[in-house]
Parts: sequence; C-alpha cells; structure tokens
Amino acid sequence: MTHTLHRDGDANSFRDDYILLAQVAKGHNDEGAVEKLRTILRICAAHKPVNMGNGDLAAFHPSPGSGSPTVGKKDLTPDYEKVIASVTKPYNVAAEFDTREKLEAALRDIIKADLGISVNLSNSVEGAHQCCRDTGIKRHSIEYSLGFMDRHNHLPSSQVLEISTMCGHGMVSNNLVEQMIAYVKANDRTPEEAAAYLACFCPCGAYNPARAKRLLEEARTRQH
Amino acid sequence: MNRRDFLTSSALTAALAAAQSRVAPPGGGQAGMATNSRGGMHIDREKCVACGNCIAVCPMGAIYVDPAIQRSTINYDECVECSTCLRNMSIVCPTAAFSLEEVAWPRSVRREFSNPQNGHPSTGIAGRGTEEVKTNDVTNRIKVGEAGCVIEFGRPGVGARFRDIQKVTMALAQAHVQFEKENPLTFLIADQSTGVLRPELLNEKIMSAIAETKTRIEHVPEVLDAVDRISREIDTVLAVAVSTRCDENGEEKVLSALLEEHGYSYKRAKTNLGLGRATNAEKRGDRA
Repeated sequence: MTHTLHRDGDANSFRDDYILLAQVAKGHNDEGAVEKLRTILRICAAHKPVNMGNGDLAAFHPSPGSGSPTVGKKDLTPDYEKVIASVTKPYNVAAEFDTREKLEAALRDIIKADLGISVNLSNSVEGAHQCCRDTGIKRHSIEYSLGFMDRHNHLPSSQVLEISTMCGHGMVSNNLVEQMIAYVKANDRTPEEAAAYLACFCPCGAYNPARAKRLLEEARTRQH
Repeated sequence: MNRRDFLTSSALTAALAAAQSRVAPPGGGQAGMATNSRGGMHIDREKCVACGNCIAVCPMGAIYVDPAIQRSTINYDECVECSTCLRNMSIVCPTAAFSLEEVAWPRSVRREFSNPQNGHPSTGIAGRGTEEVKTNDVTNRIKVGEAGCVIEFGRPGVGARFRDIQKVTMALAQAHVQFEKENPLTFLIADQSTGVLRPELLNEKIMSAIAETKTRIEHVPEVLDAVDRISREIDTVLAVAVSTRCDENGEEKVLSALLEEHGYSYKRAKTNLGLGRATNAEKRGDRA
C-alpha cells in the first residue's frame, strides 16, 4: 500500500510530517514479528508521536457506544497503549511525528533494537535523506511520488487535498474535509477538534492530526 | 484460469470465507438484517432520522437523503463498500442505522479493494495488498538496474471502475512490463500478455487499486509515456510512483536523473532504510 506516499503539498508543507512505517515481509520475517512490531510501537510512543496505528486500529479512533454523535465536537484523544496491545497480525505498524528530531530519536532506538523488520520513512525526498544522514543510515531503496494524473479535473483544491490525502486509503473524504474547513472558518470547531475528528476516519494511523491542525488554522487565517 | 475454473478455485473459497468473516461490524456488534437483495452496506430506514451527518463522510459521495422517503439512501452503483460509514458509526450516526450484509462475487471485489481493514485473499495483505519496495531490503523484488512502476487508480476520493483500470493494464502490457505476482490486481488479470481483466469485473467500482510492475530502469520513460497517453482516456485519477535500489553508499542518482531528463518532478518519496532481514528459520542467511 502506498498509503503514505502520495500526500499533496510541497516540501515545506511536509516539515511537520514524518512517517515511520515498519513492514513485515510475508514469508521472510513474519515468524515472531508481532512482538517486534509491538516493540517498535513502544519505542515510537516514547518519543511523543502525533499518531500511531497497526493497520486495524489507530490511536485516534471512534469509540463504539460512547454517546450521541456531534460531528467533530467529541473529546478525541489518542490511545497509544490500545494500539500497541492490539497488534495481532505480522503486517505493519506506523507512527507519525511532527518534528525531525523526534523521528530521528525514535529511529536511533529502533536501530539499536536490531529487530530485522523493514523500516520506511515517508517525507520529502530531501527531508528523508537528511534523516538518514543524521542517523548514519545508508538508504536501501527509494520510491518517488510523481503525483496525480487528473486529466478530467476530478480532484478538489489543493487546500482540501493536502488534508484529505493524509489518509492514503481514501477514508477521509474530500467532502468531509470541506465541511470541517467550513466549520473552522465559522468558529464552530477549533482546528484541533476538526483535525482529531478527521484522524478518526483513518483506521491505520498514518493520518497526521498535527499537520491537519496547522493546515486548518491556515485555512481559517486565509479567510481573514 | 477461466471464470468457471475461478469459481471452483481455492482462491474464491478463500475470498468468500474472508467476506463471510466480516459480516459483523468491525469492533463487534450484531450483523445487519438481510433486507437488501444486493448485499453490502445497508441503512435501516426505520432507524434513520435523515440528520444527514453521513453524507459528507462517504468518500464516494454515494449517500444522499432521498426526498421521496426522507431517509438517507445509498447509491449502490457508486458505493464501493469501504465501510467508512459503518466503522465510524459511533461518531456519525445518532441511531446506529448502518449495517453490513453479505456480498457475492463479483461485487465482493469492491470491499476487498476499498476497505483497508480487509485482507486480500490473493496476497493475505490488508490495505491495497502490496509490499512494493517497503520490504525490498528483505525480498529483493526490485534488483539493481530495475525500477518499479506503480500506478494507483482512483485515489484520492474518485474511485475507479475496472473497465478503466483494464485500459491501463493493457497499455502496461504493451509496454512490456512485468506484473508483480504478489499483487491483488495482478490476480484479477486474465491474461498478463495483454493486460485483459476478468470480464465480469469491468463495471465494478472500487476505492483504489495498484498496478505494481517492474522494468529495466532505462525503460521507465517509455512506461510513463504509455501511462500518460492512456490517462487521457480514462474517467478517473491516477497516482504514479517509480522506485529503485540505492547504491552501496545509499545514494540514488540514476532514476532521479532519468526522471528529471524526461520532465518528471518528484517532491515526496518513501525511503526503505535497509534495516530488514530474513529471520524465518528457512530464510535465514538470505541477503537482499
């Protein structure tokens, strides 16, 4: 899944968007991998990520039976322990960091743990390269995003896409992002509330609520 | 394998078993009542209060309030069975009106290619069912001198019909790429030499799928040109990526130079850091 690769925005827009993805290779290192994935998440949790997920559950998630819906006004806080405890499949885990320093600190601890699980970093080309230089890593492989080919103008504005494409599986709808932008502009939601609400729709935890909050703040400022 | 063979294959059995195991809503709860002959996502009209919260939530814009009955209604032709409405029901729907019903082949592919929490029967991998270069340090899928060309259909938020996907897989086949075996879309290609898909799928709509291919690095511009040409003939959006190995110093200057020479820009990348290795008993000692 290229679920973290095709985020919309320029390199500067990714300054608070560092994604670490650990992926098990089926048939090669999946034996005993569940506990290794939990170890990676525990390491990441110690370095203050802004989101985490295990493919089935994200740190921001809707809670069944927790009352009537209020569309973005719920008290939504990340639950990292639940994400770690609920890793049950040898598949992948992800953690989101809003600074390069936090990502590099987590990476150094993961290198030290020497678990043998593939680790990938999604960011701008140069941002990821800098992380590798800082931590003494020689990159193994690289996948470049060449962006979108939209010949029939299906896509909404970049303002919407920058926020919606942070869920690479497309679970955060463009219409919902437009609704949240409208709520924030009308002071009916804070950017933080709207960002946390949007994060709940991404079940794998790759969504970055910190960047979403910043982009929603920028959208509100732009109005004035 | 023709359709008759497929219908009796173990792959189909696995697909149906996987679908049956997911009838209950994620996170527990009761499976929905079987009131919809098409199967799939269902809104209980007795419970729905037409608040409209679910309309913006649907990534495909497939939910609307039907003025004739004053209830939220699903456009089943546009619905890709991603379960976004059901998964988030506790923060969207005040009356818990969504439920999920069994779906049969070929509509079942909608769920497989749209709900990231579903595993793909063909690869056993969730999401879009692909590893790409995320495990290349272990699997050596993309070798020195090779490039992966990864064409994603339908995202963000547009969706894609298999009839459009087939146009691209046929163009890729003509560009002489090698389709990745461990990929769920490859599994649906009836003839890899032509890129033709199974005919019963062509009108099915999905959230996204990935054509995962590889070729020699020097052929990348030819493949990208083929994709660029065919992209004008399809009614969806494509997201395009290319990948390769870095050199022994962790640098990559061959593919990037080729892309720049041919006018392609890239701002973002996924970088495999090379920390993986084979640790399963029978694989230990393999080096990628």
